[in-house]
Amino acid sequence: MNELSLLTGMLRELVSAPGLVVLVPFAAAAGLGFVTDARLGAWINGAAATLAFLLACALPWEPIAGLLLLADPLAAFMAILTSFLGMTTAWFSQGYMQVEVQAGRFDAPRLRLYHALFQAGLGCMLLALLSNNVAVTWGALEAATLVSVLAVALPRTEDAARAASRQFVLCGVGLAMACFGTTVLYLAAVPALGAGVPAMSWSRLPAAAAAFNPAMLNLAFVFLLLGYGTKAGLVPLHGWLPDSQAAGPLPVSAVLSGSILNVALVVILRLRGLLDANPGAIAPGLPIMALGLASLLLAAFSLGAQRDVKRFFAGSTIAQSGVAAFAFGLGGAGATFAGLLHLALHTLTRAAILQCVGAAVQLNGGQRCAGIGGLLLRHRALGLTLAAGMVAVAGLPPFGLFTTLFLILSGTVDRAPWLAVPLALGLAVAGWAMAERLLALCLGPPTPDRGPGTGLPALVPAWVQLALVLVLGLAMPGPVAAWLAAIAGAAP
Amino acid sequence: MGGHHGAFSLDVAHLLGGAVLVLSFGLLYQRRLGGLINAYAAQSCVLAAAAAWQGWVQSAPALVVTGLIVLGGAGVAIPVALHRIAGRLQFDRAVVTQPGIFPVMAAGVALVLLAVLLAAPAAAQALPREDLALALAVVLLGQLMMIVRPAAPAQLVGFLSLLSGLILGIVGVPGMRLAVELAVAVLVLAGAAVAGVYLLRIRARFEEVDAGRLERLGGAAQ
Repeated sequence: MNELSLLTGMLRELVSAPGLVVLVPFAAAAGLGFVTDARLGAWINGAAATLAFLLACALPWEPIAGLLLLADPLAAFMAILTSFLGMTTAWFSQGYMQVEVQAGRFDAPRLRLYHALFQAGLGCMLLALLSNNVAVTWGALEAATLVSVLAVALPRTEDAARAASRQFVLCGVGLAMACFGTTVLYLAAVPALGAGVPAMSWSRLPAAAAAFNPAMLNLAFVFLLLGYGTKAGLVPLHGWLPDSQAAGPLPVSAVLSGSILNVALVVILRLRGLLDANPGAIAPGLPIMALGLASLLLAAFSLGAQRDVKRFFAGSTIAQSGVAAFAFGLGGAGATFAGLLHLALHTLTRAAILQCVGAAVQLNGGQRCAGIGGLLLRHRALGLTLAAGMVAVAGLPPFGLFTTLFLILSGTVDRAPWLAVPLALGLAVAGWAMAERLLALCLGPPTPDRGPGTGLPALVPAWVQLALVLVLGLAMPGPVAAWLAAIAGAAP
Repeated sequence: MGGHHGAFSLDVAHLLGGAVLVLSFGLLYQRRLGGLINAYAAQSCVLAAAAAWQGWVQSAPALVVTGLIVLGGAGVAIPVALHRIAGRLQFDRAVVTQPGIFPVMAAGVALVLLAVLLAAPAAAQALPREDLALALAVVLLGQLMMIVRPAAPAQLVGFLSLLSGLILGIVGVPGMRLAVELAVAVLVLAGAAVAGVYLLRIRARFEEVDAGRLERLGGAAQ
């Protein structure tokens, strides 16, 4: 196939449903760079994110495995989740950014840049998820990282600059490792698929994985696991996440860093499938489980010492990302089902919590835990929403994370009982730290308000997200369960 | 693909790849920032030549383009920018290597051996073993440099040479599609790193200036 037919084929794919899902945010980003009216910019931001979500909802009915794009069930599921998060966060950010502008932390040009970066980041992540090329996935994740670094540096404070540079160094090294791993993965696939595009295509790799060069596949796995593990917030290169979450504008740290984590975990899941299919390759489950468990334990035991409320929830994110990685490492349809559901529900819960935390930080004019207390007494709706989110993320019923954690734990007892003890310990410690912080933030002695609040409408996205987590935990509709089970069954 | 797979062509390709690796060692023992930047420029020029040569060996014009882009970006633009930044921001000219030169060189040699061992199984299926070993060694040496050189500008050069290793790996793989795009994406990362360091340093200096001015104003008010 020559370059020209390759190019025309790719262009044709761009006007299909998955292509439009990716193009809408990019087009919005380009347009938002020119919109000087802040209110209009915020509306366009919300509308574009909503359109991307609606288009993504069509993906399960339009599967495609082309040259550039892939909309298999796993990619469709993740794209729906990411664009839904993009939509809710875009609507939340309307009120939130208004308060930031009032407080003098943002001016009009930076707000314009913020909206453009929001859409560009969303587009990059959707491209990474829907791309059918290992190298394009890497490139899109690189672009998403650069956008996220720029967004973190937006407040132009010393902390923000330091966080952005730290994020760049750690993620840069991670991306470099992932890039090298991508090259080696291609090399491993060449003996089976021949030189050219098929040896880089996510849809062709699994079927041919048995004939890959096992030594090269192992080498690729090590680099890709460390590289994408960095982006998934897994130990040992997780240090960028708390910094960027604490310093960046909150909606961006909620949607961008949260979704980058998911993209990286999905790549790790796909990679696992390739190694499983190759008889000569190492067993991928144990290294993935080890990284996940180490992340959970490290984050859980350091949660109690966090004094900054955003850093505290970043620690909790690392722990939950570790749990999802652990489930993917455990393998089998049951554990993968639980891992995917955990990933989705935690993403929704985390976004809801961060939206509440953003509102609370604005009210208190600072993000030290000690300065925020008694939310339930002062701002009942905000306090109740935050409390519900924290109960959910602690893994307590009736929310869906209780179900997924139960599934993962019982799967571990079944298949690797000796790992169930450290897993349960990590979950218990993380849950305990969450409960302790819940009491202080929501029920502790009330602290006075020092800044303007976002008002009730800004909480609506959080309610929608938590309602979904509740419904999916208590009574998941049959078709959704069947769809998820099919994804988990087809995935490794 | 066809290509000119003569023994001589492969020897030259390995020679150029080997030269990139040797220059990585050069980066490890440079004691001055200026010398470090020049060594990086030299490495990038050899890398550009390696990419262009691979383009000829594999009959892939795209790789020649990659070579030209690498020459313009990493061989000229980035070193010039680094020299300017170093001059304007008055970085410390001497670059310290934390555990001393000799242990670091020994560690470097060990990493090269590791790279050769890891790449060895590729030979079983006629994959380009030497190219992969050279690229992996350059990547590992770049990481070593980021660890042993605590100063920000030297760390930056370490990161840049790590990225050179990635490009060496990408161009050494026969028939890899999107090689140009990937190499450009890697260079974007390199450019972003340079711009990031520049902007952060500029800010730090302005803040110092501002703080000094505020203090003076405060003094005048009293």
